[in-house]
Parts: sequence; C-alpha cells; structure tokens
Amino acid sequence: MSGVVWLDALSLALIGAGVLFFLAGSIGLLRLPDLLSRLHALTKADNVGLGCVVLGLMLQAGDAYELLRLVLVWLLVMFAGSLACYLVAHSAVTAEATADAASPAATATAAPAASRDER
Amino acid sequence: MAEPTHPAAWADAGLWLAAALIAATIVLGLLRVERGPAPADRMLAAQLLGTGAAAVLLLLARATAQPALLDVALVIALMAAVATAVFVRRIGVQAGARGPGADAQPDSPPPPPPPRPPVP
Repeated sequence: MSGVVWLDALSLALIGAGVLFFLAGSIGLLRLPDLLSRLHALTKADNVGLGCVVLGLMLQAGDAYELLRLVLVWLLVMFAGSLACYLVAHSAVTAEATADAASPAATATAAPAASRDER
Repeated sequence: MAEPTHPAAWADAGLWLAAALIAATIVLGLLRVERGPAPADRMLAAQLLGTGAAAVLLLLARATAQPALLDVALVIALMAAVATAVFVRRIGVQAGARGPGADAQPDSPPPPPPPRPPVP
C-alpha cells in the first residue's frame, strides 16, 4: 500500500500549493493599490489555486464520475474567471478612456453596453 | 462501480486543514468587501469568495466522503460567473474608481477641453 501513501502525500502537497495560491491572492487583493493589480492577484488565486486543489483531489478520486465532476468545476471556474476578468478590465479601461476624452462625470459605461446590445 | 474509498486519517486531517485555511482566506477577502472603495473592488472580492467556497466544498466532499457536495461546488461556480457578468452589464466600472494608487498621481492634470470648431 506504499503507492497509495505516496499518492496521498503528493495529493496533499498539491492541495497545500493551492492553499498558498489562495492565501497569496487574498493578501494581494487586500494590499495592492488599484483595481487592475487586484484583478491580477485575483486571477492567480482563481486559476492556479483552484487548479492545484482540483489536481490534488483528482489523485484521491474514487471513481471516474467524481473525477469528471472535479474537472468540470475547474473548467467552469476558469471559464468564469477569464470571462469576468476580461469584462471588468475592459469596462475599467473603457471608462478611463471615456473619462479622459469627455467630461469626467459622463456615464462612462453606457457606450460599450449599448454596442454589446446590438449583437 | 467502485466503492468510494475514504482517505487515511492523516490525509483526512490534511484535507480539513486545507479547507480551514481556505476559509481563512475567504475571511481576508471579506475585509476587502468591507473596505473596498469602488463597487468593482467589492465585486472582485466576491468573486474570490465564490472560488474559495468552491474549493472548500471540493475539499469537504472528499474529507466527509459525500460526493453530493461536488454538485454544490458546481452551482456556486456557475453563480459566481453569472454574478460578475451581471455586475459589469448593469453597474459597470465607474471612471476614476481604480483606487488610491491611480488617484495619487499628481502629474496628470485634467486635459483641457477640446477646442470648438470655428463657426463660419
């Protein structure tokens, strides 16, 4: 049964790496100064942290169905994280550009929302 | 289908410890929700919260040998995606909301108003 023990140890090491990424992302979210740097810290915690945890849990998975659901959670979080970070960063950059071009009190995000409606 | 195996005692304790640590990072993210100056900052912290909750649920599903918690994690991941997309669509990131780091640069005066076209 030593193979199982090594598998458990490797799994726990991967889970520990994931916990470290979560910790780093959370500290970065607290200490970094502006929105885009916080976004940078957040995406690392999302993708790599949850990825390491899922990889570690996959090594312990009992059957294929459980393994499939673990991969599904990971893929869903990666898809959601990339989508959300693109949306937030695009909105922030567009708002800055609009505020620089026009008066600062303008409704900054009205234009991209309207253009997105046309599709 | 194989019987779901329960992990060894020390691996089980490691799973519980990892779940507790990730829950502690969720509490750190709640601080950002409380103090974040812009709505976008709070929303980002809420997204980290959703991911952390999914990770805690995955760990607990293994530690307590209840695979139904995996479905709960799936639902939470889906909800986090929908929440951020709806936030950006409905509220958006306001200009000048990029935090004190962006505001603390005094070397960028507001641009002069664009010159009017000459009236013929």
